[in-house]
Amino acid sequence: MNPWILIVIFVVASYLGYKIIKEIPTLLHTPLMSGSNAISGVTILGSLVSTAFAVSLGSKIIGFIAIVFATINLLGGFLVTDRMLKMFNKN
Amino acid sequence: MGGYQVISIVLSILVLIGIKLMSSPKTARQGNALSALAMLLAIISIMLYNEVLTVPLLWAGIAVGGTIGCILAYKVKMIQMPQMVALLNGLGGGASLFVVLVEISNNLTYMAVFSKVSGLLALMVGGITLSGSLIAAGKLDRKIPQKPVSLPGDKVISALIMIAFAVLIVLSAICSNLTLLAIAIITALISLIYGVMFAMRVGGGDMPITISLLNSFSGLAASISGLTIGDPLLVSVGAIVGASGLILTQIMCRAMNRSLLDVLNGAARKKKTVSNNETTTSHEVRVIEEKINIKAPKAPRIKSVEEIIDEAKKIIIVPGYGMAVAQAQNQVKTLFDLLESKGKEVNFAIHPVAGRMPGHMNVLLAEVDISYDKLKEMDEINDKFKETDVVIVIGASDVVNPAANTAEGTPIYGMPVLNTEEAKHVIVFNLDDKPGYSGVDNALYTMEHVQLITGNASETVNEFNLKIAK
Repeated sequence: MNPWILIVIFVVASYLGYKIIKEIPTLLHTPLMSGSNAISGVTILGSLVSTAFAVSLGSKIIGFIAIVFATINLLGGFLVTDRMLKMFNKN
Repeated sequence: MGGYQVISIVLSILVLIGIKLMSSPKTARQGNALSALAMLLAIISIMLYNEVLTVPLLWAGIAVGGTIGCILAYKVKMIQMPQMVALLNGLGGGASLFVVLVEISNNLTYMAVFSKVSGLLALMVGGITLSGSLIAAGKLDRKIPQKPVSLPGDKVISALIMIAFAVLIVLSAICSNLTLLAIAIITALISLIYGVMFAMRVGGGDMPITISLLNSFSGLAASISGLTIGDPLLVSVGAIVGASGLILTQIMCRAMNRSLLDVLNGAARKKKTVSNNETTTSHEVRVIEEKINIKAPKAPRIKSVEEIIDEAKKIIIVPGYGMAVAQAQNQVKTLFDLLESKGKEVNFAIHPVAGRMPGHMNVLLAEVDISYDKLKEMDEINDKFKETDVVIVIGASDVVNPAANTAEGTPIYGMPVLNTEEAKHVIVFNLDDKPGYSGVDNALYTMEHVQLITGNASETVNEFNLKIAK
C-alpha cells in the first residue's frame, strides 16, 4: 500500500481515537485500558500472514511466538475486560 | 480500493464504536464484545484473503496463545489487574517486534526504504514495550523490588542508546539488503535492554503513569509494524490504542502533578524522590509480610467516633491504595452497608491516581458489589465536602493532603487533591502517621476535626464496624 495513505490512516485514526476515548469516564479506565490493550493484539493479523509465508525455520519459530503472544494479548485482554465490566453492571 | 481495504475501514469503525460504547457502564460490555467481534472478523478475513486458512502452524499458535490467555483471564485477581495489563502490554509489544523480524527476514531482498525505516522504529517501540512491561509487571507483582534501580552512568548509557538508534535507522535506509537482518537484530536487542533500564528506574508509586505509557507504546508498536507490513487495519487500530494510552498517561500525569515531559525527563534522570519511594515500598511490604500491632484509636477529643457517625447525615468515603494493600474492600463494603442501613447518605470519592493504574479503585469496589453510581469522580464531588458531616479516609494520604494547596515548593504543591478537610469531621484509617508516597507530611493529621486511626485497615475498619453497629 502507498506509504502516504498509511500515514494518513495513522493520523486520522489517532485523532478519532483521541476524540472518542476522551469522553470515557475515569470509572471505566481500567477496563478501557485492558480492552484497548486487547485490541493492540491486532498485530496477530501481521503475524499470521508473515508466519504463513516464512521460509526459514528461524522465522517460523519467531512467527509462531508472535502468534502466541498476540493471541494471549487478544483473548486474555477481551476476557478479563468482560469479567470486569460484568462486575460494574450486575443487574 | 481493494476488498481488504474496505474491510479494514469497516472493522476500524466497528472498533471505534466498540470503544465509544465503553463510555457508560451500561453499554461497556457490549462495546468490548463488539471490539472482540471486529478482531475475530479481521482474523478470518485476513486468513481468507491471503489463503492461509489451512496452515497448521498458525492454528497451533492460536491454540497455545488462546489457552494461556483464557487461563490468565480467569485466574487473575482484581488487585492484580495492573500487572496483568502490564503483562498483556508487553506481549502485544513483543508480538509487534517478532512480526517485524519475520517480515524483514522474509522480504530481505526487496524492502523499500519506508518499510525498512518503519520496521526499525517498530522494533524499537516493540522491544521497549516488551521488556519494559515485563519489568513493570514484575515490580507490580513484587517479584522485583519496587524501588527504582538505575545503573551507574545511566544517563550516559541512555544517551548512547539514543544515538545508536539514530545511527541504526540511517544505516538501515542506506544499507545493502543483506546486512538489514543484522541491523534489525541489533536494534531489537538494544531496545530490549533499554526497556529494562527504563522500567527499572521507575518506583512502585509511579506505575500508573508507566503502564499508561506502555499501553500507548503497545498500540504504537502495532501501528508502526502495520506501516512496515502495509496493513491498513494494523495501522488504524494500533493508532487508536496508542491514542487511548496517551490520554490515560496525560490524566495520570495531571493527577500526579507532573507534565509528560517531566516524566520522560524524570525517568531519564535519576529521580529526586528516590528515598521516599523506598520508604513507601517498605511500608507496603510490611503490611503484607507482618501483622501490624493495632494501636488503640486515639482518645476521642470532644466526641467519640460513634457519636460523630450517629449524628452524621452525609458521609463520604475516600479509599486509597492502602485499602487495597490491606485487602480491606470487604470491610469497607460492610461499613458502607452499615451506614446506609442507618439511613445515611454515603458516597465514595475516587481520586484519579488511587490505586496502581487508572480506574483501579473503581474495579476493586465494583468487585465487592458497590454500585458504580456511588463512585464519584474528584471533579464531581470535590465541592460537596463542605456540606458533608463525616469523611472517612481509608488508606489514602497524598491525595487528601491539604498541603498540596498551600505548601509551595513541595512535590505535591499544585496537585489536585480531594478537599476532605472541608468536612465537619474527618476519620482517617491509615497504617501510620508517616507521609505518603510524596514524602510530604499530611497536614490533615494534625487538624482539630480529624481523628487518625492507625493500623492495618482490614482490622481497624472491622473494629470500627463492630463499634458503630451497636
